[in-house]
Parts: sequence; structure tokens; C-alpha cells
Amino acid sequence: MDILRFITCGSVDDGKSTLIGRLLFDSQAVSLDILNAIERQTKNKANGTIDLSLLTDGLRAEREQGITIDVAYKYFTTKKRKFIIADAPGHVQYTRNMVTGASNADLAIVLIDARQGVIEQTRRHSLISSLLGIPRIVVAINKMDLVGFDPSVFEQIVADYKILAAQLGLTDLKFIPMSALNGDNVVEKSEKLAWYDGETLLEYLENVQVSADTNTTDARFQVQYVIRPRDEEYHDYRGYAGRIQSGVYRVGDKVAVHPSGIESTISRIETNLRDVKEAHVGQSVVLHLADDIDISRGDSIVTIGENTEATVSNEVEAHICWFDERQTLHEGTKLLLQNGANSVKAIVREIEYKYDISTLEKVSAVGDRGAAAKLNDIVKVLLKTAKPIVFDNYSQNRQTGSFILINENTCNTVAAGMISGKYNVDDFEI
Amino acid sequence: MSILLMSEPTTIKSSKTHARWDYLDQLESESIHILREVAGQFERPALLFSGGKDSIVLTHLALKAFRPGKFPFPLVHIDTGHNFKEVLDFRDKLAYEFGEKLIVRQVLDSIKKHRLQDAKGKFPSRNALQTYALLDVIEEFEFDACIGGARRDEEKARAKERIFSHRDEFGQWDPKKQRPELWSIYNGKLHKGENMRCFPISNWTELDIWNYIKRENIELPSIYFSHERQCVLTEGGQLLAVTEHIRLDHEDEIVTKNVRFRTVGDSTCTAAVESNAFTLDDIIEDIIAAKVSERGATRLDDRISEAGMEDRKKNGYF
Repeated sequence: MDILRFITCGSVDDGKSTLIGRLLFDSQAVSLDILNAIERQTKNKANGTIDLSLLTDGLRAEREQGITIDVAYKYFTTKKRKFIIADAPGHVQYTRNMVTGASNADLAIVLIDARQGVIEQTRRHSLISSLLGIPRIVVAINKMDLVGFDPSVFEQIVADYKILAAQLGLTDLKFIPMSALNGDNVVEKSEKLAWYDGETLLEYLENVQVSADTNTTDARFQVQYVIRPRDEEYHDYRGYAGRIQSGVYRVGDKVAVHPSGIESTISRIETNLRDVKEAHVGQSVVLHLADDIDISRGDSIVTIGENTEATVSNEVEAHICWFDERQTLHEGTKLLLQNGANSVKAIVREIEYKYDISTLEKVSAVGDRGAAAKLNDIVKVLLKTAKPIVFDNYSQNRQTGSFILINENTCNTVAAGMISGKYNVDDFEI
Repeated sequence: MSILLMSEPTTIKSSKTHARWDYLDQLESESIHILREVAGQFERPALLFSGGKDSIVLTHLALKAFRPGKFPFPLVHIDTGHNFKEVLDFRDKLAYEFGEKLIVRQVLDSIKKHRLQDAKGKFPSRNALQTYALLDVIEEFEFDACIGGARRDEEKARAKERIFSHRDEFGQWDPKKQRPELWSIYNGKLHKGENMRCFPISNWTELDIWNYIKRENIELPSIYFSHERQCVLTEGGQLLAVTEHIRLDHEDEIVTKNVRFRTVGDSTCTAAVESNAFTLDDIIEDIIAAKVSERGATRLDDRISEAGMEDRKKNGYF
């Protein structure tokens, strides 16, 4: 059994909370006391059904306003998989919450109201899914009951969405017609949608392959913590603790330590309090090196030769989503960049453009006071860091291609970044 | 016109899949990663240890994260004075066997210090009063991070909480000002006097915990397993252990039953469930069959209001 992490994109109006409620309810992940509490809260009991959307609204303000503000994590397990749902709000003012939920997702469910088809919100959700590198999209065409379960409505939306997907480079798509309210094609197959002979949503979620997404070729590891017991028994013990970001590490591998560039050999690998000959992506391990080198938290240990080299540079090109509601981002803004266990000061050299997240077009970021990014803007930036960082392009490696930006004054996380390469400083300064 | 954001598709170069790498391994590795982030980012962290199954799993994960080194944090227990003896004995034994530092602070001391009203009533719960003792111990040792065993499947407010959950200088959680938390990058930056609550097992469910305990053969306090106990039947139909901390009245119905505890908290507000589960396998079967959630079955304090947990957290509770 493995884990599938997915995000649901849509708004209350699309029936998103109802869909999640339905998944939890029909897969028996909801217990009686919680169901009773929801029954008590359901305002409209006239039709004898309970409001499944109440399963997902956690905070008081959300219940009061009938909206989702923050990402809620929900869990359910079937015989085949453990599922982690990031339930993110859909409205434009909560773009940062959706970006947050999308960052760890293997899959996105984009909800479309069959009566409305592909709308601005669909574009925005798909853009974010593409930007965050979510490899596959389920397009859940919901409320089919309200269009008389008409197959031509479904087919038109499929055709429209494919055009959008092509623009965004989204290739792994699954279209499912459904009615979450009545449970059609969510868990159980629907007779009313007999013309659709594909999998139901849950069947698809249970069977879709996700292990193939992991980067198993490029060996990347970042030191989180140095274990040095300094007692009699382990006097010379010096282990580098961290989680393998991608690829495979073997005892005997030649490695380079970055940013210093010093080379050595892996002499020992521990995981689960045991010695192993090799360890792979995702595992938390302790690495030992043959040579006594000065290594500290945030340094990277990468293998030499056999695979793609990581980029080591202090000039970074990236897409960022700006999260700060109070301050805007400008050229010259100084921030703290955190990539995994590493932190370094960074300055924004240039804001190249921003996305119009409704039309998906690149537009100028220049406003009254020069180029800027405000809350929820997605912009392309050139950053310069105080020290070189070790990275890959986000499209190749979500672990080593991602970072957050922190405002050192407020300590808040103010942006999420996805690296698209290093820039050439000479070109830039002309 | 195409506006490809990603020049190439996500790398898919899969080699052989690894023999033993299932969902428990993934959860375990994620939690170890979080524990090491806490150790790497904070100067004076602490692990809040209740003697319950979740915090026992945390200590087990800490062994895997830091051995052969010592834990880079002490174990801290806030003793309400209403704890089960079996659990306190277990706590002391575990700290001794692990050779790790244990700090115990009494809620009663904080009640005296702040001249607080002690819990009253038939089933007096010091649950809310724990917050004072927690804030006191944070101040005493200047802890900048407290590791806890909360899980997101426990409760609706927890489902929205970050893994690194920021608290202001009064220990308060502001659900509207949570920092975005992306990928597995944890922002541990704080102003002086502020505090981070860190939850390494956020993504585990109750069943995951039990399956892991079984797989790793982790020892637990005996009250998790079925045993005979005198209980009082509450108005809500729950079974509460008969102890010196609750007030019994004439009309109370006292029953002796085979029970076990699904969570371990204050004896005055943690109900037992009727059970004949004597082994871990029995318990796992019990939970799969159970129709009532963990907190719903056992917590008297969450029933009081729909936003019970949210309110307590805002005031500094875990």
C-alpha cells in the first residue's frame, strides 16, 4: 500500500466540499459522531439528506461565512491506498492557499460545474497545477444531474479543456462526468451516466500510478543535522542526517560536497538504525564520508559523474507566487531564501513579467512605482543570492527546484519559488 | 500561442521500485525529516511527552532520527495530577531506558502560582488549565519549539494547522495568520519570545499509529489494552474510570467492565471504551470496526462546543 496526495481545486459553488464529503462518506471514512454533528448543523433537512460539505469546513469563520479559507487536510484509506487530500479554497483571493496545497500533490482534481463549463477559475486552477508541477489532472465535470446527464455537454467541456491543457503543457488528463451530490461516479458507477464507460473517481484514484513521478536518477541529498555523540563509545562518529531528495546513494559512491566542491567517498549509510549498502529517494538516512570534511546543515552531498550534475550558482531564475498582503515585491527587495535545510540572503534583481492568471498571458509587471508583485501575483524573477545554492530545475526535481522566501523583519513566508534555471549575469547587466 | 511554463515534463526515469517502501515507511521518513528540521532550526526545543501512544511513537521516531546521538531536546511532561498511575510509571520507565532527560511540571503548581480557579464539578477537567503549565514551562526553560504528537485526523481545527505552527508571545494560535507551508520546507523563524509548535505526525491517522506500533513492536502503557475496571456511567453514556478525582453521587451507576482507553489523557475527562481487545491485532480490528471517532469516543471536553479545540488552541493549548 502506498500514499496518494491530491488537491481538490474548485469553489463551494462547484460542489467541491460535497465531492470530498462524498468521497469520505462513501469510503466509510466518516464516523458516526461526526455524522451526527453534521446532521445537527445541516440547515436544510427538508429533503432528508445531510450536507456533506460540512465535513470539510474546519474553522469558525469558515462555517459562519460558508466558505473555505485555508487548506484543510483530510485522510482516508481504502484497501489499495492511503489518501491525503489537500482541500484548498478556490477563489482568487486564496491563490496562495491553493499554491500551498498544490506543492505536495501527486494529482489535482479540477472541478468544473457542467452548467458553466471551462471558466476563468478553471484556467487559474490549471495554471497553478501546471506551475507547481502536478503531473496529472482529473477533470471532474460535476453537477451532471443539472444538465440532464447529457453526454454532449460533457464532450464539449472535454474539448474545451483539452485546448487549455495544451496551452499549459498538461498532458496526463482524466475526464469524469459526475454528480457529487447524489454520488454518481464518485465511488459507485452511475446508471444515469451509463454512456460513460470509464472508471469512477475513486477507482481512478486507487489505480493511478504515482511512483513513476519520483526522480530516481539524480542523486541529491541535503544535510539537515550533523550527528556527533562525542561520548566514549562513539568518539569518532560523525554522521550527516537528512532525507534523500532524489536518486540513489550507495556505499562507495564518489561524491562532491557543495557549495565547497570538496570531493570524497560514501563510507557508510545508516537508516532505521541499521547499516545498508544503498538507500533511495524519500528515505531519511545518515551518510558517512571517508574524509574528514567541514560540513554543516544546508550543505549538499551529490554523486559525481554518473548522472546530471546539480547546478551550483548564486544567480537564479524562478517563477514565484507572492503571498504577502501588506508589502509588495519590487526590484531590489531583499529577502531570505530557504531551500530545504539551507537559508541564504537574496535580492530581487529583476521582475521580468507576470502572468495574467485569467488569460494565462505574460504581461508587464510594471506599475506606477516600477515593476512589482502584489498578493497572489505569479511573476518571473531573477534573484541573486549571497552564497551559491545547489539546485535543479523545478521541472526536473520538485525537491531541489523549490524554495520559499521569508521576510526577515516579519519572519513570514512571503513567496513560493520554482526554479527554471540560472541566468547569465553578463547578459543581464548589458 | 503556447505559454509552456515548464519546458520539459516532470522527470520520469523510474528504475526498479524498492522492495519495502510502503505508506508506513513514507510516513516514518517524513516524521524523521520534521524532527531533524526542528533540531536543526531551533536552539532550545522540547518534546511534549504525555505517555500516550502518539507521544510514545514520537520518541520512537526520535531514536531513529538521532541515535547514536542523544535527543537534542528533553522530554517534557505537564502532569495534571489526574493522570493514570500506569501511564506515569510508563513515562518514567521510558525516560530511564532511553537515557533521556525528563522534565515534569505540575498543573497544580501553576494553579497556585497564578491563583487560578481549579477545575470543579463532578468530573473536574484540568485540560484547559494545562495551557498555563505549558506556558510556564516554556518560559522557565525558554523553549523556542515544542514538539507534539497532534494529528490532523483528530479534529477539524487541527486539520488546518501547519506542521510548524507559529504561536505569538502569549502562546496563541491565529488560524487566520498561518504561514503558508510548502513542499517540505519549514519556516522556523521567530521573534524573541515567540514559540513554534511542531507536529511531526500530522499526516498519520489513528489507524496508521496502531499499525506502526505493531510493526515496530513498540511497548505501550497497559491501559491501552482491555482490562477490568470500575467505571461510572455518565449521562452521555460514556464510561469514566472511578478514581479519587471524580465525585460520585448516590444515583451514579457504577459498573465493572472490560474496558480499554483509546486515548490517554486526564482520567477525569478521558472515557474508556468497552472492549475485549487484549492484543495489538485485536485493537486494530476494533478500530477498523469502530463507528465513532477517537475524540468523539473518549473526550468529554470536545463535546462542549463545535469550536472547542479551535478556542483552546487560540489560547495557547496544544
